[in-house]
Amino acid sequence: MTIATILARKGVKVVTIRPEQTLREALALLAQHSIGAVLVCDAAGALVGILSERDIVREAVRNELFFERPVSTIMTKDVITGQPNDDLNAAAVTMTNKRFRHLPVLDAGKIVGVISLGDIAKAQRDEYLGEIDTLQTQLLGERAS
Amino acid sequence: MSVDRPGTAAHPLRVVIVGAGPTGFYAADQLLRQEGLIVEIDMFDRVPTPFGLVRYGVAPDHQKIKAVTVAFDKIASHPRFRFYGSVELGKHLSVDDLRAHYHQIFYATGAQSDRRMGIPGEDLKGSHPATEFVAWYNGHPDYQDLQFDLSAERVAVVGVGNVAIDVARILSRTPEELAKTDISDQAFEALRRSAVKEVYLLGRRGPAQAAFTNPELKELGELAGADVVVDPREVELDPLSRAALAKAPDRATSKKTEMLQAYANGVVSGKPRTLVIRFLVSPLEVIGNAAGEVTAMKLVRNELYQTPTGTLQPRATEQVETLPVGLVFRSVGYRGVPLPGVPFNDKWAVILNEKGRVLDPVSKQPAVGEYTGGWIKRGPSGVIGTNKPDAAETVTCMLEDLAQHAILHPPAPGAAAADALVRSRQPQCLSYDDWRQLDRQEIERGRAQGRPRVKFTRLDEILGALRAGNR
Repeated sequence: MTIATILARKGVKVVTIRPEQTLREALALLAQHSIGAVLVCDAAGALVGILSERDIVREAVRNELFFERPVSTIMTKDVITGQPNDDLNAAAVTMTNKRFRHLPVLDAGKIVGVISLGDIAKAQRDEYLGEIDTLQTQLLGERAS
Repeated sequence: MSVDRPGTAAHPLRVVIVGAGPTGFYAADQLLRQEGLIVEIDMFDRVPTPFGLVRYGVAPDHQKIKAVTVAFDKIASHPRFRFYGSVELGKHLSVDDLRAHYHQIFYATGAQSDRRMGIPGEDLKGSHPATEFVAWYNGHPDYQDLQFDLSAERVAVVGVGNVAIDVARILSRTPEELAKTDISDQAFEALRRSAVKEVYLLGRRGPAQAAFTNPELKELGELAGADVVVDPREVELDPLSRAALAKAPDRATSKKTEMLQAYANGVVSGKPRTLVIRFLVSPLEVIGNAAGEVTAMKLVRNELYQTPTGTLQPRATEQVETLPVGLVFRSVGYRGVPLPGVPFNDKWAVILNEKGRVLDPVSKQPAVGEYTGGWIKRGPSGVIGTNKPDAAETVTCMLEDLAQHAILHPPAPGAAAADALVRSRQPQCLSYDDWRQLDRQEIERGRAQGRPRVKFTRLDEILGALRAGNR
């Protein structure tokens, strides 16, 4: 299974913010879209960072008055990205080992989506459920015949 | 109060499902099982018969997989389920027609086309999409006029997914083996006379990344008339694959590479055919003669590299070779095709959707009352059963939207009106009872020959059989 399988049923919406916008605006976006991370893009639309709930929690503990600070001050700048034909299982291993939960997906340098560990868990669960169902059908069919 | 919310005996929820493959049946089942909700389902398919790829995709020598139709048959027995075969969206009915008769529309048309390799010579005579060959040998009515020149001694199958394996296996079967299947009579005759001696399966990555599953791989070793040949150098795991497997051990992958290594070290027993599994090669070009017929393939050797997500992807080296072949089947993936009047996402070749809710292409908001499931929703992936959770995700959205009154408000929501419309547009449509009768006749014809069934493969044949049966 590839990353594209997940993106295919996620519409075309990718939530982004500019690095100079405030963390208050970022929080509003996360709440409005019920998402755990927002991609940070420059004026040309190029990916320059990612801002996750975890980044915000970490900063909030250090500094209660962080709302007006720009996104760029706490975003993760070295973003690991995927491509649509990457394997889901490999991505899950990498995300778990490197402890990040959101993977921006680029195709020929252009942002085409974001997948979360939750998305991967759901896709893997559906794959396993499907295989179990198909195997059971075959076994039962065999017994019936 | 809620007189306008359908779902009662007096005012049933009317749902149309476009496409009678596994996803359509799973969705129908999930809707019909809802407690306290009365749903009426009409299911259309563009071919005369139900079950989609279970009938026309699953290999004829895999009858156990086809046994899933027993479950679909039960679903179809529900009194509020109707099937209409030979009814095509865009030809007999438009999306507007559906909007005028149903509260909710579910598109489950699958992936009807195939992906191209994108290399020179791809369209030479003798180079075909594997999906067409599969539809042909399975007796799909739209593919019976195709010709495959099986006088070639060497055949390349590009890809190592389960479809590629199916094609290679069917090409390698003996007539005695094929005679026990429900392969179409026409394909049986052609394969019986086949001159094919060597079949090459070509994978662009290594053995650890091959998409085929272990039962399919094991089956190749049990062919009556073909030896499996694997180059030991090509199944030795590269350092990257070994490291990935060490980091995230996976029994299925280890087993797969073990089986391949066993084939590589095995003794060739001198069966009439050989089935060669190649790894780390990509086709660069299909080469033809002056008559435009395939004579060879130019292949480049790949090496693997690791992407930032840890995926091992192939990269071409300088090493090029020529493989003489007279026939090429490409099996590098299915591809969904747009439905007339339904928003499409070209990038992924699926209906534009979010969790199965069809989206308006302009506003990117859900298009009220329109849904999708299966391969035309997520792309071609998984086994038949994978479509069950997939359909369930969409049905959950349908029920949520119904609760919110976000449904279509058809001016003519009656079952009789819909039936009259379909019959006026397609007088030759088939019912589920028609299918049952065909099914009985096919099985009957098969019994005489010791086969699971003998398929009717052309529309006039199907209609003729029904007329004879009704007499």
